[in-house]
Amino acid sequence: MLKTLGAQIKEFKKASIVTPLFMIGEVIMEMIIPLLMASIIDKGINVVNADGSQGNMQHIYMIGGLMVLTAVMSLLLGIGGGVFGAKASTGFARNLRKAMYENIQTFSFSNIDKFSTSGLVTRLTTDVTNMQNAYQMMLRMAMRAPFSLIIAMIMSFRISPRLASIYLIAVLFLACILGVIVTSATKHFTQAFPKYDDLNESVQENVSAIRVVKAYVREDHENKKFRKASENIYKIFCKAERIVAWNGPVMNLAVYSCIILISWLGAHMVVQDQLTTGKLMSLLTYCMTILMNLMMLSMIFVMVTMSAASAKRICEVLEEKPDLANPEKPIYQVQDGSILFDNVSFSYRKDAETPVLKNIRLDIKSGETIGIIGGTGSAKSSLVNLISRLYDVTDGRLLVGGVDVRSYDMEALRNQVAVVLQNNVLFSGTILDNLRWGDKEATEEECRRACELACADEFIQKMPEGYNTYIEQGGTNVSGGQKQRLCIARALLKKPKILILDDSTSAVDTATDAKIRKAFAEEIPGTTKLIIAQRVSSVEHADRIIVLNEGQIEGFGTHEELMESNEIYRDVYESQTAGSGDFDEKGGM
Amino acid sequence: MAEERKPKVNNGPGARGPRGPRPKIENPGRLLKRVLGYTFKDYGIQWVIVIVCIFATVFASLQGTLFMRTLIDDYILPLIGHENPDFSQLARAIGRVAGFYGIGVIASFVQSRLMIYVTQGTQRNLRNDLFEKMEKLPIKYFDTHAHGDIMSIYTNDIDTMRQLISQSIPQLVNSMIMVAGTLISMLVLDIPLTLVTLLMVGIMLVAAKKIGSLSSRFFLAQQRDLGGLNGCIEETMTGQKVVKVFCHEEESLKQFNELNDRLCESAYSANKFANIMGPVNAQLGNMSYVVCSVVGGLLAVTGVSGLTLGALASFLNLNRSFTMPINQISMQFNSIIMALAGADRIFKLMDETPEVDQGYVELVNAVKNDSGELEESSERTGLWAWKHYHKDSDTTTYQELEGDVVFDHVDFGYTDEKMILHDIELFAKPGQKIAFVGATGAGKTTITNLINRFYSIQDGKIRYDGINVNKIKLDDLRRSLGIVLQDTHLFTGTVMENIRYGKLDAADEEVIKAAKLANADGFIRRLPEGYNTMLHGDGANLSQGQRQLLAIARAAIADPPVLILDEATSSIDTRTEKLVQQGMDALMKGRTNFVIAHRLSTVKNSDCIIVLEQGRIIERGTHDQLIEQQGKYYQLYTGNAMAQ
Repeated sequence: MLKTLGAQIKEFKKASIVTPLFMIGEVIMEMIIPLLMASIIDKGINVVNADGSQGNMQHIYMIGGLMVLTAVMSLLLGIGGGVFGAKASTGFARNLRKAMYENIQTFSFSNIDKFSTSGLVTRLTTDVTNMQNAYQMMLRMAMRAPFSLIIAMIMSFRISPRLASIYLIAVLFLACILGVIVTSATKHFTQAFPKYDDLNESVQENVSAIRVVKAYVREDHENKKFRKASENIYKIFCKAERIVAWNGPVMNLAVYSCIILISWLGAHMVVQDQLTTGKLMSLLTYCMTILMNLMMLSMIFVMVTMSAASAKRICEVLEEKPDLANPEKPIYQVQDGSILFDNVSFSYRKDAETPVLKNIRLDIKSGETIGIIGGTGSAKSSLVNLISRLYDVTDGRLLVGGVDVRSYDMEALRNQVAVVLQNNVLFSGTILDNLRWGDKEATEEECRRACELACADEFIQKMPEGYNTYIEQGGTNVSGGQKQRLCIARALLKKPKILILDDSTSAVDTATDAKIRKAFAEEIPGTTKLIIAQRVSSVEHADRIIVLNEGQIEGFGTHEELMESNEIYRDVYESQTAGSGDFDEKGGM
Repeated sequence: MAEERKPKVNNGPGARGPRGPRPKIENPGRLLKRVLGYTFKDYGIQWVIVIVCIFATVFASLQGTLFMRTLIDDYILPLIGHENPDFSQLARAIGRVAGFYGIGVIASFVQSRLMIYVTQGTQRNLRNDLFEKMEKLPIKYFDTHAHGDIMSIYTNDIDTMRQLISQSIPQLVNSMIMVAGTLISMLVLDIPLTLVTLLMVGIMLVAAKKIGSLSSRFFLAQQRDLGGLNGCIEETMTGQKVVKVFCHEEESLKQFNELNDRLCESAYSANKFANIMGPVNAQLGNMSYVVCSVVGGLLAVTGVSGLTLGALASFLNLNRSFTMPINQISMQFNSIIMALAGADRIFKLMDETPEVDQGYVELVNAVKNDSGELEESSERTGLWAWKHYHKDSDTTTYQELEGDVVFDHVDFGYTDEKMILHDIELFAKPGQKIAFVGATGAGKTTITNLINRFYSIQDGKIRYDGINVNKIKLDDLRRSLGIVLQDTHLFTGTVMENIRYGKLDAADEEVIKAAKLANADGFIRRLPEGYNTMLHGDGANLSQGQRQLLAIARAAIADPPVLILDEATSSIDTRTEKLVQQGMDALMKGRTNFVIAHRLSTVKNSDCIIVLEQGRIIERGTHDQLIEQQGKYYQLYTGNAMAQ
């Protein structure tokens, strides 16, 4: 995990190394200051001159000047550490995001399914921010704290090994106690956080399902549920925090004990002329430094353990290998739009018991219009997703233009097989921007042509800014039917050899739907068209219709043939046309 | 897809990060008072003890600092040069200080212990109060507030409140006592040196303010760029499959890189200044130390103000303990403002006006007595009655619940400015099936939401069994109405619990019966643990159709006299719907039903079909009548409507 993350430091290696060095420099400067202080007191003030007067102003000025110098140095070093620390950590975050994003772009559909959209978003945003903060903390503090602890320790030993050994004992004592506190607290907290997430999830649930709660008058019921959960959280967190609460008093105890012991023993040593008062003062200053830094170390430890979860999630994305790869000698030319399913079986997971698609055999000629119909979960989408190699078949072969799809260059294949997905998305940008996803170089004229085919031109023309109308993120400012027609137009601009519409006209009214189909038949006769639909009227006039049921082909033939021989098809047809019609949303109004 | 669930609220676009720009709040003083008042209400005694403890801790540490003076001046210097120095006095002094220190340690222990209960308890109370309040708010609140924002109150805002209570306030009290105590001690020791120290502190504060304002400007930029990048990430991740299908990887990477670099730039500047703040303050603190020691040295050597060496040592220690709390206060200041912005949002939610309920007509269980009159019953009888208390005559009448619904010239708009429904007139007799048909946005769902008073109407009257719905107690009104909503929502819990939601005291057999009625029993039994299968994240492991079946079962078990089905079978495929239909027909029998559907099979056998267009009823009648009219319904029905 560290290796994967470390590889992303890249050009910020220098800043990452320099930062702790600056911090160490700052520490050294800060350590010198108490020494100089002692010198001022011992040699500047507490000096009895030959004439009996006290003090040596010369010395005070000199050491005072030195102190200002060290303070300025320390300031510069501190600023340097701050600046480079910021550079290294924000740069590291940038590289992490970039590396993840780049890797995600190589993901296949099954990789994406594995992570889920919100999972990927969290990793790219919150988790990276956590890492950035932890990294900055580590660069600036992880070296500084132990280093200043050690320096202060050495200084103390130089002044008086006997007194300094008190610190050593205190440090060991504190280190043990802090270690116990931190480990047991982290254990409790890691148990508590999931519960906290559960509580938030129940709030989320209530916010989005407020109508259900109110409709069933379950406010009291929900209140009771929530109170129970929140009481639970209270107890768990109190338990965890009770452990952490030992931190302060224990720390105080250690500091105070040290001060008292040093004062007592130090006083004896001063009286016996083994120690100067200035040095005693310095020792007392180091006391704070040592113990504070120990505290800091324990904090760093907690922070690092907390960010470990984020690091793990980021690594999952970085280390994920796309499970579809281009062949070694890819074919770039797709001959025609013929499709052949040769005994194809498919399942999303290798260990699945029953495959999603079983022994599919289909022979579709180039330029044919094929309707696909079947109930929810009959694997209609899975069937068409194999054609542009969004997933690989588990068994059998799938040929497009007479060549196995696995032999094509993926980009070349997907440029010839246009899919209008079921959950389709428009991106923020103008309508033209969105259309040009299909063909970067498309002229406005070509875009308009595609929109006319998809019956989108009519409503675009009515928009205040026509083709330059800005589409909001997620396409929220166009209706469902309009969105679907834009998506179809976008796919048409690819001028594909195969066009797949996965339930892409469900929000378009029947009449417009018919118009689009008519335009397809007349304007792009050479393109193989596969149309998945819930509505029989959408597929009725296709050359042939596939009836899918639970991953198997129940029937494949013309409307008339199926009406005669296929019970499911007849059933569906009759249930929808017994009185004909369907009150779908009137798209485009 | 845009509505993808996020169990953890993260710093999405516009989210308020912990170090974001300093937000503006109207009256920070009043807010702070309210926050304090809130935690004092339940934890007043604890707070008093905590503050006493803080005093004790500060007192102990000040005693320690002052002890330094006595240590060198009074105990060590006099002993130097003696043959047999007498340490007993020093021992006594040290013993006294040890006593103070002991008090300090105990006080800090008591303080941190108590603070846990105060913090966690206040947090718990806040959560409970917020939740309880939220449950009381009208639907309108949820329409007008983004769900992410409401969630962020529970997570981010409560969290900053926790920090305010557990850290900022005690820290502030502590720092203020320290500052005051140290200042007095310094003044006692030496006035000129104190003035020097104060001057340095002034410089420190000015520097902190300068850097702070620079830093917050870059933080604003960072927040903006972060929002931009997060927006881009959310958009492309949502559309990642589309990106793949269109081989658009490179372009999307290019756009991302640009935003990513920009964020890196502004994050760098923002962090840089935040990082510089620490060393600058610390070194200014050191400078103050240096200046004091030089000036103090001069004073001590020349003996102008009678400053002794020991006093100087003490003063220098005080100097350090003076600048530290001042730094802390200036740092706390930012986080207090931040927390108050969160508190503002919390209290805003608490101050929202709850749903208005002036109803007094109650729904009660009833029995018919021998003379055929209705009487109230304490048991569940299956017979329901409206208990109507008449104030003027001090009498109570009972009226059987039948399910007769009348809309009398109803006008409605979500805001007063824009009316959505105009002059709706509607009569539904018990046992009838009324269907609504029309384009999206015609107002079908809105009408059904008025019956159970999710929204209040602007004009006209809605009568339920002849009683104006405004006079019926909200809870009782809703209890008498069953509703299956357009978007199905399920709760975390087992399948059994989710169906039982309709009737909390239902036995397992009743649940299974309801599931069978909705034709859900089959798929439930195929789930890994049948009725005990846990559902998570709004039933994410079920298909849309399966979730709708559960919602129907949930309504079935409630057994209400009036049933509202809003696109209840829209996601169930035609074949399954045929199976569900029998169950639905059984469910609708003997009830008043309002049905919204876009499938003809669901609508056709209604007693009355109402065609809506832009909030007005344009046609009404039975299927046959409407076909004969050859109007809008006919067009929709035959699929001959022209797209316009």
